[in-house]
Amino acid sequence: MDLANAYAALVADLPAVFSMGVVGLAGIVMVAIDAFRNNHPIIPWLGVGALAVSGAWELTQLGAPDATAFLDTIRTGGSASFVNLIILLSGLATILLLRPYLNRMDRDYGEVYALVMYSTVGMLMLGAANDMVSVFLGLETMSVSLYVLTGLVREDEGAVESALKYFLLGAFSTGFFLYGIALMYGATGTLTLPAMAQAELATTSSQLLFWGGVALFLVGFFFKVSAVPFHMWTPDVYQGAPTPLTGFMSTSSKAAAFAALILVLYHAVPGGEASTVIAVVAAITMVVGNVMALGQTNVKRLLAYSSVAHGGYVLVGLAAGTSAGYSGALFYLLVYAVMNIGAFGVMSMLEWDQKQGREQTLSSLAGIGEQRPVLGAAMSVFMFSLIGFPPLGGFMGKYAVFAPAVDAGLTGLVILGVLMSAVSSYYYLRVVYVFWMQSAEDVDVKGFTEAALPQATPAALGTLVVCAVALLVLGVFFGGVLETTSAFFDAASMASAP
Amino acid sequence: MDIPFLTSLVIFLPTAGALLTLLMRSVTGIRWTALVTTTLTFVLSVGLFVGYDPAVSTAITPQLADMSSAWFPDSLDVKYHVGIDGLSLLLVMLTTLLGPIVVLSSWTYIDEKQKGYYTLFLILQTGITGVFTSFDLFLFYIFFEVTLIPMYFIIGIWGGADRIYAAVKFVIYTLVGSLLMLVAILFLGYEAGTAVNNGVFTTDWYKLLEYNVPLAQQGWLFGLFALSFAIKVPLFPLHTWLPDAHVQAPTGGSVILAGVLLKMGTYGLLRFCLPLFPNAAQSSALLFGILAVIGIIYAALVARVQEDAKSLVAYSSVSHLGFVVLGLFAFTTEAMQGAVIQMVNHGLSTGALFLLLGMLYERRHTRLMDDYGGLANSVPVLTTLMIFSVLASAGLPGLNGFVGEFMILLGSFKSTVLSAPWLVVLAATGVILAAVYLLHMVYRTFFGELDQTANAEMVDVNGREFLLMVPLVVLMIVMGFFPNPFLRQTKPTTEFLLNTIEEKRAAALEQAESKPSTATVPLAPPETETVSIDPEDLTLTPQ
Repeated sequence: MDLANAYAALVADLPAVFSMGVVGLAGIVMVAIDAFRNNHPIIPWLGVGALAVSGAWELTQLGAPDATAFLDTIRTGGSASFVNLIILLSGLATILLLRPYLNRMDRDYGEVYALVMYSTVGMLMLGAANDMVSVFLGLETMSVSLYVLTGLVREDEGAVESALKYFLLGAFSTGFFLYGIALMYGATGTLTLPAMAQAELATTSSQLLFWGGVALFLVGFFFKVSAVPFHMWTPDVYQGAPTPLTGFMSTSSKAAAFAALILVLYHAVPGGEASTVIAVVAAITMVVGNVMALGQTNVKRLLAYSSVAHGGYVLVGLAAGTSAGYSGALFYLLVYAVMNIGAFGVMSMLEWDQKQGREQTLSSLAGIGEQRPVLGAAMSVFMFSLIGFPPLGGFMGKYAVFAPAVDAGLTGLVILGVLMSAVSSYYYLRVVYVFWMQSAEDVDVKGFTEAALPQATPAALGTLVVCAVALLVLGVFFGGVLETTSAFFDAASMASAP
Repeated sequence: MDIPFLTSLVIFLPTAGALLTLLMRSVTGIRWTALVTTTLTFVLSVGLFVGYDPAVSTAITPQLADMSSAWFPDSLDVKYHVGIDGLSLLLVMLTTLLGPIVVLSSWTYIDEKQKGYYTLFLILQTGITGVFTSFDLFLFYIFFEVTLIPMYFIIGIWGGADRIYAAVKFVIYTLVGSLLMLVAILFLGYEAGTAVNNGVFTTDWYKLLEYNVPLAQQGWLFGLFALSFAIKVPLFPLHTWLPDAHVQAPTGGSVILAGVLLKMGTYGLLRFCLPLFPNAAQSSALLFGILAVIGIIYAALVARVQEDAKSLVAYSSVSHLGFVVLGLFAFTTEAMQGAVIQMVNHGLSTGALFLLLGMLYERRHTRLMDDYGGLANSVPVLTTLMIFSVLASAGLPGLNGFVGEFMILLGSFKSTVLSAPWLVVLAATGVILAAVYLLHMVYRTFFGELDQTANAEMVDVNGREFLLMVPLVVLMIVMGFFPNPFLRQTKPTTEFLLNTIEEKRAAALEQAESKPSTATVPLAPPETETVSIDPEDLTLTPQ
């Protein structure tokens, strides 16, 4: 391509990165405003606007055919726009939930919102990657911003510890990841995902290189989606980070990482060869996540382990290795994002220690349903959906990943999965009963006064109600969504063994 | 009478009522909304009774059916498909009848958080009615699960001292079974889809009936289905959640639990387990018969030694439902019809017993029989009602309980599948034991010396309480003397089911003989079957 055409091609491709552009630009403008008008209240609303506009754009792109742009490095339409929609919506919800929380903690800094925007850009790139370099760029942009956000409350030792832990382990996993990419490149001579699947792996050594690369690459990804045994950072980081941002991390970044993993598996790795490994990791992840969550007394930690377990359920869909499995996994990511944003959102409004919001134990929430019925009802919906009760979205999500796995002959794995769901009901129900069936007198909460409970802003409360209603809608009228996601993948264009 | 979407209306009217109660501000408004909704639902369900014609075969489609396939994506053949046949009719009627009765019984019993209680209760009714009318296995599963959430809250919030333990135990027990059944449903759906539905996943009841499950897979599929339903029934030895749930639940919860919720288990066995996996069901008939009879006798003996009246009635439920299971696994027309009618009878008589015990509890706040005695002198009307219910429950001829139990025992005795008359003889002792423990309860509570002032000053039933008992007592007598109008409704469907079971059993055998090579090839074991959960892990409480 000569330079004369390059400009025209660049302009023609611009719509492909519309959301990334809008969100990134908004982030830059936010920092600029912050420089001159420190912590100006317009800043979060700017973010809300940018995310809403991008979300609307992606919505119009949902039906668009799968295509690539920028020399095959970015995908547009199809699954990319669906994943981007999930990311943008959960970013939007996060900003709405973040404001009252930061206000209460006296940390309503403009750059926090800007960092959320930057990491969103990274996630958008991950979800639309068609090239290993795009995957890597997206992953790093996302992660670096998240490291900073985790350590937002500098005075809190827990937050600093979790930020450092996240950073060190994250950097370590990036090393694996990069090494994997290098090996795969060495074997195939290309970085473009579909081209990788088509590359001839003639010699044993090139096959060794390729599969060795896939293995290292998977390790990097398993870290990002906190699959066992690479989940060690998750509980600490989730507990230490500011609560709405934990929700952001556990949904957006997970959705983005899973989406990229799906893209790689679907386009670049021949014919479900990695299924066995993924199935084993899925099994261990479900068991460890759920069993560890049983004993938690800190709600954020409990939700952290629960999010590990839910990563396992998504992996069941990937282990099926069929187009139905991938589409089910995408549907699950949507439902999961709604549930988890909601659950962490409720928690962010109930941490009642005025200054730090550090009171997060289950017993400190005794009888809170009576005092905050809307929050309590919303939390119950999220918990029942996380267990997987019909007619809520969580049930259909589980159906969408388990059914293809049964079809693919992984009945044993699915039986393990449903048994683990039953185990999980114990700790989710515990949250519900603490909310509704205990009262503050039962457990003698130290220093609790009605006034200590933070006041929810209408925007934040509205976000949670929308999440809860969305789960009901997704649980009953999921047909259209499932049809949309299954249109993204067809068996014919799946990577097959050369 | 021709009302469009009548079945769906009966299912979802309570949900509409639930939304309405959420908007109500005063407690009076909430109660009346609930009462009017449930009464209206009952009136509509009478339309089902009138509209259902037993002479019309339900072999191809249920009557008064509503169907829509817009719900699921086209790539899956899962439909919203509800309707009425002889099996569902009486159970739906029982559910809608108990609706207003429960609302009336909770009128003053529930003295706090009324809005939540009536809302949840109305949603629960939608779930139960949906279970009894679904003709799609997936839809059935959804309704089956929907009932768990409201019941969890009803026990957990308005229950007794140990309510949380009981509520969690109830949910987890049921959930383990039903989730395993979900796996079996998914597997069956794909297999049936490949065989009879052009490769499209299907859970339509009639399409599943067309598909003969190969013998090699019937065993484990039947096992998962039967486990789920056996927990719900509950069948010995899976019954341990029931006494806890019953004793802790508020009266309304107990009535619904005993009256209709448990029937979802026996109904599921009859609607899905037996016809879909006939060979496995018949070869394990003796096992289920034996477990049922152990349940009958064991639970009766345990009931005899209870100090807590509610606990006694809870164990009597286990015992009585043993009869139903025995009747189902006899595979004869009489026994199966008896089982269906016994489900209804048990709902009426045990429901009545729980209602009356609830009235006593509301007056004295104790369930221990020792705290009562001689009540016949202070509350004669309540005593009369109680004696009626107890005699019905114990199976006195002339009252409804006798009809079902007699038909079950008769049908099981001549069953060629069970071929174990000795088992039936043992089961019959359960009838005697029932009389022993129930009359014992009546004696300790209502007769003897009136030695406590609190008992002597007890007020008799008021108008509301009398009103809610009347339909139950009347039905006990009517069904006892004139069971035929009710049996007539169920007969064609039970015969259809038995014929289907026999045909499918023969077809599956034939299929296995004609291609033995494919039938014996084991499925490739999935990689992950080696991953097992150490039970120790589940009890760990790591930080």
